[in-house]
Amino acid sequence: MTPSQPLDWSLFRAEAINRQNDRLQHLFMILFALMALLLVIPVVMIVIILLQKGWSALSWEFLTTFPSNGMTEGGIFPALLGTIWLVAISLLASVPLGVAAAIYLSEYARQEHWLTRVINLATINLAGVPSIVHALFGLGAFVAFFRLGTSILAASLTLAVMTLPVVIVSSWESLQAVPQAFREACWNMGATRWQTIRHVVLPNALTGILTGIILQVSRAAGETAPIMFTGAAFFLPYLPSGVMDQTMALALHLFTISTQVPDVPEEIPFAVALVLFALVLLINAGAIALRMHLRSKKKW
Amino acid sequence: MSNQSTAHHNEEPKSPLSHSSAAVVLSTTSTISTADALPASAEREEAQATVKVAVRDLSIHYGTTTALSGVSLDIAANEIFAIIGPANSGKSSFLQAINRMDLLRHNMSVSGSVLFNGIDTRSWRNVYALRRKIGVVFPLPVGLPLSIYDNVALAPRLRGIKKPSLLDEIVERSLRRAALWDEVKDRLQALGSLLSGGQQQRLTIARALSQDPEVLMLDEFSIAVDPVTTMRIEDVLKELKQQMTIILVTNLVQQANRLAERTAFFLNGECVEVGETEALFEGQVQDQRTLDYLQGRFG
Amino acid sequence: MEQPRSAPPLGTLLDDARDRDWYIDQFFRLLMFLCGISAVVFVLGIFIFVFKEGSGFIIQQMDWAEFFLSPKWRPTSAIRATYGTLAMVAGTAAVTLIAMAVALPLSFAAAIFIAEFARGRMREWLKVIIELLAAIPSVVWGFIGLMLINPLLIDTFDVPIGLNVLNAGLILGLMAAPIITSIAEDALKAVPDTYREAAEALGASKWQVVYKVVLPAAKNGLLSAALLGIGRAFGETMAVLMASGHALTIPSSPFDSIRALTATIAAELGETPVGSDHYQALFAIGIFLFTITFLINMSADFIVRGIKNQ
Repeated sequence: MTPSQPLDWSLFRAEAINRQNDRLQHLFMILFALMALLLVIPVVMIVIILLQKGWSALSWEFLTTFPSNGMTEGGIFPALLGTIWLVAISLLASVPLGVAAAIYLSEYARQEHWLTRVINLATINLAGVPSIVHALFGLGAFVAFFRLGTSILAASLTLAVMTLPVVIVSSWESLQAVPQAFREACWNMGATRWQTIRHVVLPNALTGILTGIILQVSRAAGETAPIMFTGAAFFLPYLPSGVMDQTMALALHLFTISTQVPDVPEEIPFAVALVLFALVLLINAGAIALRMHLRSKKKW
Repeated sequence: MSNQSTAHHNEEPKSPLSHSSAAVVLSTTSTISTADALPASAEREEAQATVKVAVRDLSIHYGTTTALSGVSLDIAANEIFAIIGPANSGKSSFLQAINRMDLLRHNMSVSGSVLFNGIDTRSWRNVYALRRKIGVVFPLPVGLPLSIYDNVALAPRLRGIKKPSLLDEIVERSLRRAALWDEVKDRLQALGSLLSGGQQQRLTIARALSQDPEVLMLDEFSIAVDPVTTMRIEDVLKELKQQMTIILVTNLVQQANRLAERTAFFLNGECVEVGETEALFEGQVQDQRTLDYLQGRFG
Repeated sequence: MEQPRSAPPLGTLLDDARDRDWYIDQFFRLLMFLCGISAVVFVLGIFIFVFKEGSGFIIQQMDWAEFFLSPKWRPTSAIRATYGTLAMVAGTAAVTLIAMAVALPLSFAAAIFIAEFARGRMREWLKVIIELLAAIPSVVWGFIGLMLINPLLIDTFDVPIGLNVLNAGLILGLMAAPIITSIAEDALKAVPDTYREAAEALGASKWQVVYKVVLPAAKNGLLSAALLGIGRAFGETMAVLMASGHALTIPSSPFDSIRALTATIAAELGETPVGSDHYQALFAIGIFLFTITFLINMSADFIVRGIKNQ
C-alpha cells in the first residue's frame, strides 16, 4: 500500500524535539497497551469462568454417554461424535477444492487478468457471507435441489462452502511464500508446470497449507447456523449410521440446552461450552505450535 | 552484424539435424519422426558442422520496454559461444527466449524466431521436451531445498526414471562431470544449501547436466564464485564442449577470451557484433564500440 | 505418442512429441482452473439458490414499502400476515453500532500497539491471544452473553433484562475485534519503513510518527478493516440470537431488547412449512443480508484496491 497523499515533511522540524514529547510518547504507548489488554482480558476471563463453572460436570463419562432425561442429564457423546463427522466430511470436500483453487490462483492465474480479479472478489465475498445465508444456501441447494435431505452430507457440504475461502486464502499465502527461484530452476530443467507444483512447490508449501487447514477445522467445529437446518438435530437417541443420517452436533447442542430446554442444571451447558471451546482451542494451539515450529526450521 | 557463414539452408538432408531447412520446418513439424530412425553416430559426426541454435530477427519486449531488438545469429553444435556486454544489454533475456521461458512470464513477448535443431521453438508441440534439451545455470546458484543427491536426481526422476541403480549412476556421472563428486560423495544426503557458494554453483551445473542437455546455457555463472572455482568450472566447460553446445553469458571479457570459439557483443538490446573470439580480441572488429568494450573503455 | 521410458540417451534426435507428462500437465491445468473458479461458482450459487427459494414471494407477494418501512413482522398472523423488517433492520443497526463503538477503538489501538510499539515475545503473545479471541465459536459467545453478561448488566445498570442491544453489541464488538485488528495491523505494516525513518530522522517522536505519518498513510487500509468488521458484526447470527432478547421493537436505548435480521431467520426457519410465504419471506431476508454484506465487502476491497492503483 502506498500513501494517498505526499507527506508534509515540514511537520518534522528540528524544534519538534523536546522532553515533553518523550513523556507524551510513553503515555500513548501505555494507553495503547491498556486497550490491547482489554482484548486479552475477556479471553482469559472466559477461560477461567468456563473452567470454574463447567469443570464439575466434566468427566470421561460426560464425554462418552448419551444425554438423558430430556437432555437435563447425561453426557454429550453423540454431539461430540457428530461434530467430528461433520468436520471430517467438510474437510474432505473443502481441502482438495480449496487447495486446488489456491494452486490455480498462485501458480497459473495471471495476476492482472480480469478473471483472477473476479475470483479474488468472489473469495472475499464468500468469506463475508453471513453464516445464516450459508444455511439458506445449504437448504436450497444441498437439502432440496440435490435431494440430500437433512443429512450429515448436506450439512458438511454447507460447512465446506463456508470454510472454502479460508482454505483458499491460507493455502495461497503458503504457496506464494515458496521462492520463485525454485519454480524457475524446475521449469528450466524441463519440468512441466504440474511437475513443478507437485515436486517442488507443494512439498515446500505443505506445512503452511496444513496450518491453514487446522485453523479451518477449528472454525468448522464451532459453527452452528449453517448446520441447523441442513443436517444437525436438537436431539437424537441414536448415533448416525451413515452420511445420509442426521446427527447431533456440539455447537447446536449448546444452543439447544441453553435456550430451548428448561431446567437444565447450570453446570451442563457450561461443561458443553467448555468442551467446545477446549476443542477449538486445542486445534488452534496445534496450528499455532506447528506454525512456530515451521518458522524455526525453514529451509530457505 | 555478422552471422556465421555456415550455409545451413543449403545443406543436403543427409543428417537428421540438417534436414530441416528453416522454411520447411517453420510450416510443418511432421517430417521429424522419420529422422528419428537414423543412427545416433551419424548424427554425431555431422553435428560438428551443424547449426544448433539459429536466431532470426529476435526481439524481446517487457510491456513497453524493449530488452532485445532484431538479433540474428547462429550457434554451432559443440562450440562454446560467449555473449558479452554490460548489464541490461539483453543477454539474460536472450537465454530465456531460447528455452521459451516467455511462456511463463506474463509480460514478456518475443518476436522473430529461434530455431533449435532447425525447428522453430514456437512450433514445438511439447515445450517441456525442448527445455529438457537445454540445461540452464543461473548467476546465483538455486539449491532446491533437497539433499545433494535429490537435487541432481530430480530431473531424471521427473522423466520417470525410478530405478535406484540408474539414478545413482546419473547422479555420480553428473557430479563427476561438474567436478564436484570428490567433494560431496561422502555426504550426498546432506542439504544442498549447506554447500559453499562455489560448490552450490557446481551443484546446479551437475543438476543441469543430469538432464543430458544438448545445449548448456550459463548466465554469468561466476558472479558468486571464487576465482579458483571459476577456473575449475571453466575447465569443466572445456571438457563438456565435446558433448554439448555451450552458450556462455558472461560479464568477464577475459572469460570469453579463455573459453569461447566465437563471441557476440550485446549492447542496449542490440547485437553489435558476432565474430571469432580470437579475431575480436586481436582488434579485428567491425564496430568501434566492440573494441571499446573489450578494452574496458566503457561500461 | 507414448514411448517406453528409459535412460535419456545422450543427444537424442529431435523429438518434440507430446509425452505423457505433457498430457498430465494439461489435465491438471484444466482441473486447477475448474477448482479455481469454484469460489465464483459458489457465490453465484448462493445468490441463485437463495433467490430461487425466495423469488415467489418477492415477485408476487412482497410489498416493497412494507418490507423495508414497516416494523411489523407478523408472518403467522391469521388475519393478515405482514412482513415488515424495519424493526429488525433497526435492531441489527443498533447492535452493529455498539459493536463498532467497542471494537474500533480497541482494535485500532491494539493494531497500533502491535505494529508500532510492541516487540519480541510480547508482540507474539498478543497476536496469539487475539487469534484465540477469533477462535471462540459464536455459539459460545451467545452462551456467554446469556449466562454471564446478562446478569452482569441487570446488576450494574438495574435494568429488567440484560439480553439487549448493549449485551449483543459488546459481544459482537469482541467478536469483530480480532479481524479488524489483524487487517489494521497489516495496513500499518504495509507503510514503508523509510517513511518512519525519515520522520524520525527529522526529530519526530514515535507517537508523532504514528499519528502524522503512519496513520494517514494507512488510512484506506484502516477504513477497509472497519468495513469488514461491520460486515462481520452485521452478519453474525448465533450470538445475536442468544444475547439480544429477540424482541421485535425498534430500540430507543441500549437496554432495549431487539431482534436481528439474521436471528429471525435462525429462529423461524425451522418452524415454517417449506415453500410457504413465511418460508419464502425468510429467504427474502437472506437475499437482503447477502446484498448488504456483498456491498460492504466490495467497497472494502474497492477502498484498498483504489489506493493500490494510484
